[in-house]
Amino acid sequence: MAFLSLKNLEKRYGALVVTDGFSLDVDQGEILGILGPNGAGKTTLFNLITGTVKPDGGAIEFAGDDISGLDAASRCQQGISRSFQVPHPFVGMSVFENVLVGSTFGRQSHGPEEQALRVLELTGLKQKSNVLAGSLSLLERKRLEMARALATAPELLLLDEIAGGLTDSECKSLLAAIQDVHDSGVTIIWIEHVVHALLSVATRLVVVDFGRTIADGKPADVMQDEQVKSVYLGVDEDV
Amino acid sequence: MHHSITRSTSESRIAAVMAIILVAALAAAPWWGSTAELRLIGEFMIYLSLASLWNLLAGYAGLISVGQQAYVGFGGYMLFTCAIYLGLNPLLAIPVAGVLGALVSIPVAFLVFRLNGAYFAIGTWVVAEVFRLGFAQISSLGGGSGTSLPIKVMKAMAGSKWMREAMIFETALLLGIGTVLAIYLLLRSRIGIGLTAIRDSQIASASLGVRVERIKLVTYVAVAGMTAMVGALIFITKLRITPDAAFSVNEWTAFVIFIVVIGGIGTIEGPIIGTIVFFVLREYMADLGSVYLMILGAMAIAIMLVAPKGIWGYVRERFNLSFFPVGYRVKLDTEKALKPTDTPGGT
Repeated sequence: MAFLSLKNLEKRYGALVVTDGFSLDVDQGEILGILGPNGAGKTTLFNLITGTVKPDGGAIEFAGDDISGLDAASRCQQGISRSFQVPHPFVGMSVFENVLVGSTFGRQSHGPEEQALRVLELTGLKQKSNVLAGSLSLLERKRLEMARALATAPELLLLDEIAGGLTDSECKSLLAAIQDVHDSGVTIIWIEHVVHALLSVATRLVVVDFGRTIADGKPADVMQDEQVKSVYLGVDEDV
Repeated sequence: MHHSITRSTSESRIAAVMAIILVAALAAAPWWGSTAELRLIGEFMIYLSLASLWNLLAGYAGLISVGQQAYVGFGGYMLFTCAIYLGLNPLLAIPVAGVLGALVSIPVAFLVFRLNGAYFAIGTWVVAEVFRLGFAQISSLGGGSGTSLPIKVMKAMAGSKWMREAMIFETALLLGIGTVLAIYLLLRSRIGIGLTAIRDSQIASASLGVRVERIKLVTYVAVAGMTAMVGALIFITKLRITPDAAFSVNEWTAFVIFIVVIGGIGTIEGPIIGTIVFFVLREYMADLGSVYLMILGAMAIAIMLVAPKGIWGYVRERFNLSFFPVGYRVKLDTEKALKPTDTPGGT
């Protein structure tokens, strides 16, 4: 049985159909990469999985339970956590306090302060602990997004475009951190435009467009797919 | 672990000592102050309490209510009901009014929580108007023209005038200081971390497991109960209640919003500073009549333009001060900090 199962999800904003009958199964232990052009519905997919928005139809099962009716906070406590593509830091709180919110209210709540410090170390933000999140640079904000998500002790981690704009060495350390998190038993779904970063860790690749899956499989095979090539033809890849 | 986490600052420890001395001096005011001074300090405490409560509601939980006069008036009317018809000592009726205020806020919350933003604000105001019109219909409480607290009720509280004034003053002090202290302790607690997170981003809070709606509801109900207690106290000092005075949007909400906005919303210090500014202005300018209100309005606009986070927000950013530290400071291992590998990569 799949760890996460999306069944015929539908989402519309007025007349705009974002996803129409979208289905996807994710197995435990995967690093699933999701590619797709802008407006393909990738972030909407994350919003649906985490309960940030409600679907107009379909069901979501996680670890064998139907979680369609749960709100975002409950899904987080069930073990689903995410980073936001556009960071939403708690600007008036320090970096440590930002992460502490996750470790206090997430899945594990014993020793939240130690948990927060551990995560800050893993994500390389420890020296910024006392800095107000509002004064962080965009890259640091993205890193903080991942740190807060990790602090909730997720079983399923959703990462939404966190590699853009990194230098090679920063990207390497990010990939190492993601690999560490994966090795500790966390299943990961990662939306990313930086294809080479995604390909270096993904165990499976899904390409979506207009809310539909157009390719699904081993990363190397998917990248050879003719339809994938045509979708990406003419789309600027910011390298 | 090489780190320790502190939750106080050097200025906060100094401020705590000074605050204890100040509160002790104020508590002795009945022995050194005149009746007029006791009234002024008592009124200061009432506004301090209302402003701190509104700040918790609007500045942290994001619930911009312009209908808190519903609970001030409700508390006042509950006090009159308990004292006149149940023969309760007015001071004991204050906590009763608080509990009743909290209870009545639950059905109100189910109504107004269906609304968001500006609609929520207007909804709370409408509810307060419904309260006002409702109490104006109760003829046993004087209907539209209101009622007075009988002398015998006040005499039953305490025999001498000085004793009554002292008891009312100490109650006001307890409510004012108690509200600030309670909010400080709340914000340092687990719920407080959640509330502060909600202040900055509700969507991110929810995705990190914070039960945003539940915390907002609990805050709304607790603030309503506390506001009703303050309302009960207000109408002990006034001895007379009418629907218009009890549910005045001007006195119990507009002034309170002014205090919080100029002092600094979303901080504990802001309402304290705002209340001081408000009382200083009032003492020197209240004689100007409606010009005084125009000055208040102009000042609010000026502060919004120059320092949108209020006086305290401006001072805090300049000098990095915190007299009520609700946050955490991680003591970093300086030796480790020197290692280049440990510095974050955000260059």
